[in-house]
Amino acid sequence: MEIPILDVKDVRKHFKEVKAVDGVNFTVGTGEFIALLGPNGAGKTTTVEMIEGIQQPTSGEINILGLNWHTNESKLRRLISLSLQETRFIDKLRVRETVRLFASFYNLPDARVDEVIEIVDLVEKKKSYVQNLSGGQRQKLALAIALLNNAPLLLLDEPTTGLDPTARREIWNILMDLKKNQKTSLILTTHYMEEAEFLCDRIIIMDKGKILAQGTLDELLSANNSKEIIAFSTFDHIPDNFFCGDGIVKLIWDDKTNSGKLIVRNIIEQLPLFLSKVKDAGIKLTQLECRKLTLDDLFISMTGKHLGD
Amino acid sequence: MHNKTFIQLILVQIREFYREPAALFWSLLFPVLMAWGLGIAFSNKPVQTKTIALVFAENQSKESFEMLISKTSFEHRKDSITNDHYYQIKYGNDNIGLTYFRIKPVNMQQAELMLKRGNASLIITTNENKLEYHFDKYNTDAQLSYLQITSLINGENLSNQQSEIKPMTEKGTRYVDFLIPGLIAMNVMMSTLWGISYTLIETRTKKLLRRMVATPMPKWEYIMSHITARIFLCFIEALIIFSFAYYYFGITIKGSIAAFIVLFLSGIVAFSGLSVLIASRTAKTQVGNGLINLIVMPMMLLSGIYFSYHNFPVQVVPFIQALPLTMLADGIKAIFNEGAGFIQVWKYILILNTLGIISFIIGLKFFKWY
Repeated sequence: MEIPILDVKDVRKHFKEVKAVDGVNFTVGTGEFIALLGPNGAGKTTTVEMIEGIQQPTSGEINILGLNWHTNESKLRRLISLSLQETRFIDKLRVRETVRLFASFYNLPDARVDEVIEIVDLVEKKKSYVQNLSGGQRQKLALAIALLNNAPLLLLDEPTTGLDPTARREIWNILMDLKKNQKTSLILTTHYMEEAEFLCDRIIIMDKGKILAQGTLDELLSANNSKEIIAFSTFDHIPDNFFCGDGIVKLIWDDKTNSGKLIVRNIIEQLPLFLSKVKDAGIKLTQLECRKLTLDDLFISMTGKHLGD
Repeated sequence: MHNKTFIQLILVQIREFYREPAALFWSLLFPVLMAWGLGIAFSNKPVQTKTIALVFAENQSKESFEMLISKTSFEHRKDSITNDHYYQIKYGNDNIGLTYFRIKPVNMQQAELMLKRGNASLIITTNENKLEYHFDKYNTDAQLSYLQITSLINGENLSNQQSEIKPMTEKGTRYVDFLIPGLIAMNVMMSTLWGISYTLIETRTKKLLRRMVATPMPKWEYIMSHITARIFLCFIEALIIFSFAYYYFGITIKGSIAAFIVLFLSGIVAFSGLSVLIASRTAKTQVGNGLINLIVMPMMLLSGIYFSYHNFPVQVVPFIQALPLTMLADGIKAIFNEGAGFIQVWKYILILNTLGIISFIIGLKFFKWY
């Protein structure tokens, strides 16, 4: 069998009292794009930084192309590439100078510098000082640097957080091109559902240091395919155990928005029961919607919170 | 062409330096302004002017006071701005130096105010047919004024020439000769500590250090690039201060230039080592600020840059002499003004390098890269 690009085995990272990462297992194959999806504090960054060799796991094993950080640090530094969640480059350095600096660490020629600047579409900005770049352009610069050494494994930590939709789309297009042209494997952390859906072959959902589910989008949804959702809003409070019965999976009630999502096995059967129950209790609905489960609903039903939380 | 890591890293430092107007001002223009300002302010003037407050007792006439000072060949003058009357008395000659005393008639309240504000150090009051002198007995300037004035009033005229006095006008004994080598030494300390420590801490705070260490960049090249760039920048800074002092104050290096260069480099080594040590664990620029000030401030005051540390109590002088800035400043002063060479400064060179290398090794051992 082919050695996976990355093999993460039962990795844990415990800080004094916090279990930031608590027994994580997954593998990444060649050319595979993986999304680590989870809210803030889920342990995504810690996981990624352990893979990058920036943090040491408390226990567990990480192998990149069969190599580990203890014995092959200098080799691994060339096999991976990354962008950190927030890196502020040097304000008074120009874009091209910044990329050149990093190119020198890999002993790469100027031709490669210009090449990656072109890939991320910063040619017009290559003489600008870093301090004059917009948020999206800074992320593109970070991406250009990450692409320099053509690493087989690329790790991007929230590459589009805080960007406007257009800038985000531009980053996605660069990554989609990479997917077509290269044999690069990618691990991307994000709390944008659409990003994971759009870019990645496989999605790993994390919360509180653990993996809740992993698989392709279809797999994740089909595991729950017998489930559907009745989403509703009302001014009244709905107690947790208000809806019960055979066809009902779960009620997710949100106090802040006064809205609820009732996960059911079959809408056609459950909707009339739902409506009569609501009517009997004198609850006045302000909104009602019936639909199939989405990744977003799945996430909320697993973690009890929204991704952006 | 492939890009060399070390050269690129040095270029970053140098670009950051010359693209930052504030850095250019503080490290190039400010020391020159300082040298110029202090050099002028404390240069010895050819003629001294001192003001003395004069308070008449009630019913005391001006004429009777003028009788008392009749032996001084005083002159009546008017203040060019306030138009107030004062007596001018001249003391001295070309050899001992000239002092003009301006004796201003004022009331007691004004006299005390003049003393508090440092406008005058001596008050003369009239009492019947006698003069009384009021001054702080610990103030040497007041003592001197008292002695000079009383000798004039008593008619003890100095001989015309005072030929036993041989005035010294040789370079190397002026305040500015004392100041410039100290400023050059201090600039090495400031430039190195702020330049290296602060940049390292800031790079860590910005998570840029993390990003760079995640590449195959050799860590020692990264640290060495800071020190190398600093050597280059320190030489430029020193050259600018020295050129100014040379053309404006006529300051020269009397001793060995080679010894000066080696000592200068040793100073950079010492402070670079300290910089790496300071920056080794600090993750916040504010904390770094405090740490750097903690080292810089005492040395700036104690190490004899602006005034001689021999004014401090004898017991603390050996401690002051053990400070790296004192060693560097004393060494440079000896080379500039006393014509010293390696024989006189080798100890400083040895100690500064040892200090630098030891703190560098400790700093690197505990250096927090992530």
